[in-house]
Amino acid sequence: MTWKRTLGCVAAFGVGFPLLAQGSGPVNDSGATAWMLTSTTLVLLMVPGLAMFYGGLVRTKNVLGTMMHSFAAMAVVGVLWAVLGYALSFGPNVLGGLIGWSRGLVLLRSIDHTILPAGVPEYAFAMFQGKFAIITPALIAGAVAERISFRGWVVFITLWVIFVYCPLCHWVWASDGYFYNLGAKGAIDFAGGTVVHISSGVAGLALALFLGARHGYPKTAMAPNNLTFTLIGAGLLWVGWFGFNAGSSIASNLDTARALTVTQVAAATGALTWVLIETIRDDKPTSLGMASGILAGLVVITPAAGVVQVGGAMALAAIASCCCFGMILLKNRLGYDDSLDAFGIHGTGGIVGALGLTFFIRDSWWAEAAAKAPGWGILSQLKVQVFAVGSTIVFSVCMTLLIAFLVEKFVGLRVNEAVEKTGLDHEIHGERAYGLNNLN
Amino acid sequence: MKLITAIIPEEKLDEVREALIEAEIERITVARVSGHGRQQEIVVQRGKKVVPNLIPKVQITIACNDEFEDITVDTIVRTARHGEGAVGDGKIFVQDLKECVRIRTGERGGQAI
Repeated sequence: MTWKRTLGCVAAFGVGFPLLAQGSGPVNDSGATAWMLTSTTLVLLMVPGLAMFYGGLVRTKNVLGTMMHSFAAMAVVGVLWAVLGYALSFGPNVLGGLIGWSRGLVLLRSIDHTILPAGVPEYAFAMFQGKFAIITPALIAGAVAERISFRGWVVFITLWVIFVYCPLCHWVWASDGYFYNLGAKGAIDFAGGTVVHISSGVAGLALALFLGARHGYPKTAMAPNNLTFTLIGAGLLWVGWFGFNAGSSIASNLDTARALTVTQVAAATGALTWVLIETIRDDKPTSLGMASGILAGLVVITPAAGVVQVGGAMALAAIASCCCFGMILLKNRLGYDDSLDAFGIHGTGGIVGALGLTFFIRDSWWAEAAAKAPGWGILSQLKVQVFAVGSTIVFSVCMTLLIAFLVEKFVGLRVNEAVEKTGLDHEIHGERAYGLNNLN
Repeated sequence: MKLITAIIPEEKLDEVREALIEAEIERITVARVSGHGRQQEIVVQRGKKVVPNLIPKVQITIACNDEFEDITVDTIVRTARHGEGAVGDGKIFVQDLKECVRIRTGERGGQAI
């Protein structure tokens, strides 16, 4: 193979490295490899974290059904990614760059001996990227909780990963991708603001509108069944996010530490801001607000973790918490049923991050950009970011609606009213979440 | 005064409650309970069939003046029943209620309900 492949999400850090032939290639860097394996594990931890986050927010009758959405993504995409997802995302351009493809990458056969120039085995990189492909569709579940059928969901995420996630991942992170080569140093998306959060957030909104609201929404109060779960889930997400962001440097060096630092600061600032808003507005700092603020901060820093410094991270996180809070208020006024605010937090936070980061980029990045394209400034980069965000939204919404339409027609996407009333746990899975409520 | 205790299927709670509120029966107590009657629910766990001996239900307790007994019972029967009726739809018990006291004011009897 002589084509180039990027080593991850590092639009901010320069060009893709040529992949050398087997045998004469780069030497394994045990430090970088150890961190990449750790990051891969941390990112997987986010999925059960998300399952708990969402599982705590639904009503008692839908806990297992909701957690199964995340676990189904682990099982389905875990297989799908190794079979063809990686080939579609990180193979060389085909169909005019619409997607990548390489037959050798099917079942990851051709990377059996490959060490990437970053000193990391390609297996580690492929699995690391695979975890992103798992969590992205799992995020969508929050928008359509408590009413989507399990069978429909499994088919939906299979198609969604193939036709939405893989192309987007290819555009943003493959070295020959569209967005990777925009402007002076590419569209900036360090760890997945567009690919992961915007794409899943707007897909969630589209799917929620397509399915319609839950029975009784918004008249009936639908209170979270167990916020303890939600807090534990938010905690696991925060921990896992260090792998998600700092791992996206595909290295174990200064960039890694920078990403880790701004991730920590942004999560804390987001949480603080959200709780502050609640305290001022309603006089009660809630645990759900704390969890939501953590997420808003983490989401907003995801695209920006490679280019902003601590001050910028704080500013972005504070802005994101305000915007996400406002978006949820707006949702309540408009009355659409984005049940667990997948769009409200991931969509909104992702957009704020991908656009807002332009104003907080560190000076050394500007210097490198100016060296490549003289006169490159905030406005030129903002145009690139707007283009990347806009295309992601349009692409994800259109494809999601198309897939939803087909799945609804051939498999069925929404459960019937009786199942919805009794609850997904009992009707679809034949189980109940809490043994304590049943003395058996 | 009557004390009406209804054991109904979990999934019917919302429907029953909405109908009761419509019939202006707005003071109710709801609890999760487990028990067994004639209904048998077979659960499959790791491929093995298991018959749980206790099935979860919802219990509604309503205290009312005599003239509201019929409408309360009728409303629950109408809304808690599955279609033409199925085993597991539940039961309603009606008892005479000796006394009722409103704690806030100390009122007693029918006006305290």
